[in-house]
Amino acid sequence: MNRELKRVTIVILAMFAALFLSVTTIQFFSADALANDSRNARTINNSYSKERGAILVAGQPIAQSVPSSDQYKYQRTYTNGPLYSAITGYFTLDQGSSGIESALNDELSGTSGSQFLSQLNSIVTGQNPQGASVELTIDPAVQQAAYDALGDQTGAVIAVEPKTGRILAMVSKPDYDPNALAAHDTDQVIQQYNALINDSGNPLINRTLDGNLDPPGSTFKIVTSSAALQNAGLTEDHQLPNPARYLLPESDRTVQNAGGGTCGPGDTVSIKVAFVLSCNIPMAELGVEIGDKALTDMAASYGYNAGFDSPIPVQASQFPPITDDATLALSSFGQASVRSSPMQIVEQSMAVANGGTVMQPTLVDDVRAPDLTVLQQFEAKKLTEPITSITASTLSSWMVEAVNSGAATNARIDGVRVAGKTGTAENGAGDPYTLWFTGFAPADNPQVAVAVVVQNGGGLGESGSGNEVAAPIAKKVLEAVLNK
Amino acid sequence: MTTSAADRPVRRIHVPEKLRNLEIFLLFFSCLISAGAVVMVQLGATGAVDYNQVALLGAGLTVLVVGAHIALRFVAPNADPFILPIATLLNGIGIAEIYRIDLQVPGNVGWESTAVRQVVWSAIAIVAALVVIIALRNHRVLQRYTYVFMAISGLLLLLPLLPGIGKEVYGARVWIGVGPLSFQPGEVAKIALAIFFAGYLVSRRDSLSAVGRKFLGMRFPRARDLGPILVIWAASMSVIIFQRDLGTALLYFGLFVVMIYVATARLSWVVLGVGLFLGGALVASQVLVYVNDRFSNWLNPFDPTNYDADGGSYQLVQGLFGLANGGLIGTGLGQGQPSITPLAQSDYIVASLGEELGMAGLFAILALYLLFIARGLRISFAGNDDFGRLLGIGLTFVIALQCFIVIGGVTRVIPLTGLTTPFLAAGGSSLVANWIIVALLLRLSDTVRNQPRLVV
Repeated sequence: MNRELKRVTIVILAMFAALFLSVTTIQFFSADALANDSRNARTINNSYSKERGAILVAGQPIAQSVPSSDQYKYQRTYTNGPLYSAITGYFTLDQGSSGIESALNDELSGTSGSQFLSQLNSIVTGQNPQGASVELTIDPAVQQAAYDALGDQTGAVIAVEPKTGRILAMVSKPDYDPNALAAHDTDQVIQQYNALINDSGNPLINRTLDGNLDPPGSTFKIVTSSAALQNAGLTEDHQLPNPARYLLPESDRTVQNAGGGTCGPGDTVSIKVAFVLSCNIPMAELGVEIGDKALTDMAASYGYNAGFDSPIPVQASQFPPITDDATLALSSFGQASVRSSPMQIVEQSMAVANGGTVMQPTLVDDVRAPDLTVLQQFEAKKLTEPITSITASTLSSWMVEAVNSGAATNARIDGVRVAGKTGTAENGAGDPYTLWFTGFAPADNPQVAVAVVVQNGGGLGESGSGNEVAAPIAKKVLEAVLNK
Repeated sequence: MTTSAADRPVRRIHVPEKLRNLEIFLLFFSCLISAGAVVMVQLGATGAVDYNQVALLGAGLTVLVVGAHIALRFVAPNADPFILPIATLLNGIGIAEIYRIDLQVPGNVGWESTAVRQVVWSAIAIVAALVVIIALRNHRVLQRYTYVFMAISGLLLLLPLLPGIGKEVYGARVWIGVGPLSFQPGEVAKIALAIFFAGYLVSRRDSLSAVGRKFLGMRFPRARDLGPILVIWAASMSVIIFQRDLGTALLYFGLFVVMIYVATARLSWVVLGVGLFLGGALVASQVLVYVNDRFSNWLNPFDPTNYDADGGSYQLVQGLFGLANGGLIGTGLGQGQPSITPLAQSDYIVASLGEELGMAGLFAILALYLLFIARGLRISFAGNDDFGRLLGIGLTFVIALQCFIVIGGVTRVIPLTGLTTPFLAAGGSSLVANWIIVALLLRLSDTVRNQPRLVV
């Protein structure tokens, strides 16, 4: 009988071994996957029951969790919600989250890897675990200036320190109040959320880096000129034919300059003058002359067709493969299928402002544990280096001239050398223009680079221009930085 | 106690006082941990200690098991010293976790509180165990009533099917209800079956181990000896069909197969038994919708059609979410959300404990069960009569298999079936049955140590 009992013992041990194994699998190996299942109500409840970390601007919370008396223990509240809505995003009970609330959820909720020890500590000591707080790079004065300057326009403003990549302002309009989505009443949140989703202005989209991107128009001439100076080895005095009408290659469509005439007097025009006066025909000719490879390569060097995390994910701006010379000509002044976010356009100014190097734009200065120890510290890092410092200084002088006496004069600031480039992009016959401005100041020691986009023609349909609508907005943002 | 021990002449090799002293020492920790768990639950869930509840839930159990311990000093001084503390600890942790879930459900106070009822049932169960151990001074008496126990187990299994007192709960007809009281007779039937099987197999082992034809390199029993296994198989299948209870059927049939194997030493019985059961289960999964659903939920629990179906994998998946929420070290007692999972206090008590105590806690609970089972196996190995040894392995295996079926079902090792986790789960019948098993194992272990070995 003992032999049989031994075998039964082995069977029992095998049954329990299976239980140990299955428990380990569920609670250790699959735990993260199970926690991330969208049907897991515990994960949602956990994120609400913890004291979620604050989002800070200049040391003041713009989003924080305050104790509440209901089952979720804490209520998320936003100070100046609409002003910062593009940055903070929203954080709902069961409709997801966006912005910094989503991108830094692990840190804010205290579940990131660097917070593991403090989690363990809070379990041992029985204290409520707390999330880390996130200090942003945003300058409240610049943010407010950008918000006020954009007014009721549909569009976006972004301002960045070109030497570091620290984002000083990020505004997208229409805005919304994230407090409305932070309520603990699920029905109320769903109602608010659906109202925002169905709003034709799409307030939940952060237009600085996401959504339906716009054709960049003449702001793309920075890229075309970079390709001509650097990839094609042309000089700023390189001459291009100067007709009043340009028949697109292998096509019956024509292109005009913004004014309808030639680009200044003379039969030919230099690249520099074409850039300063923002003429389309010479740029189209230039693009065809240098070829699709030079232009495509330069666009990629500037960051087209690639996204990055700011840490809010930045949608890749698009420079699709060129299939024919007509498309190449149109793409050279930012039309055809080229699509850019304000983040992409500000990177173009950042390259020119910073000797050819684009520092990766970021919103986060540091992440601090509840005991104020720094868990993550911001470090400036290079995103891309599309042009040499020589090309950068050439383009810088052109952009200064564009503001002083060219197509971007509405960005002029007394006593400051401002560099800038406008853009007035067409969206098809009958559709209102997209109006752009990008630039930086002061030109000899850049403190800030800015990009402004105003959609829907700024209310002017097909008659407005970047210089008329976008440049004055950018000017106020530049002044807000320089007056400090 | 100590004075009477000193008066007694030293005759035996084993000194009973040492065993009992070890037992009371271990019981002290069992009760301390149980009461501590109630306090932790209160601190975790409400942030304050309610001493009345601690006294009711913690001290109540303590008084009862100390009473049992004192009785053992008189009626079974040589009984195994680990069995009572382990059962006490499991019972106590169960009460604490049931109480924790009560706190999540508003209105569960007083007699509506499952934890309070669990304490009362624990009291009834421990008293029942005491009655058994005091009344039954020699386990061999049970062998005399082999066929009485057969009749009892048959009756207990049929009761829930009788109109009037039978009740259907969550699709299974395994309950009887008289007025406000309800009981699962199948839980007690497993003890009657173990006694019946032990008595029957000891008397019929010679004919059952006689070999018949050789087939596939193995000697199979003679056709005329297949009667008993077919009857048990048919009984198990009727439990699946009429009571719609897969777990209980598997429990009874597994118990029989292991006992007949140990009694006859013929592996062919196991092959035959496993084959019969798998065949039956396969047919059932094709013919019976609820069995088919259980298999489909087991294989694809995250499939939205299974998840959203009525009687689908919602509970299984919520249990997995709970376990994952616990992770390695758990959320801490009183700080998880076990009540999201349906039946968190009974069938899913293991998932609830896994959420709040983590993988570390579940490992400790599994280790407690293994230790309990090891003590039972020891009785079976060291026993001095074949009836006692068979009964020992039967009772031990039924606990082991029940743990495997429930915990394996919750953790997706096997399809989920409704059974209670021994000692932990909320439920009176289960507590009474498992405490009677404790009493029988204590009685068997006392006999093993008390008497010189006669036969092997």
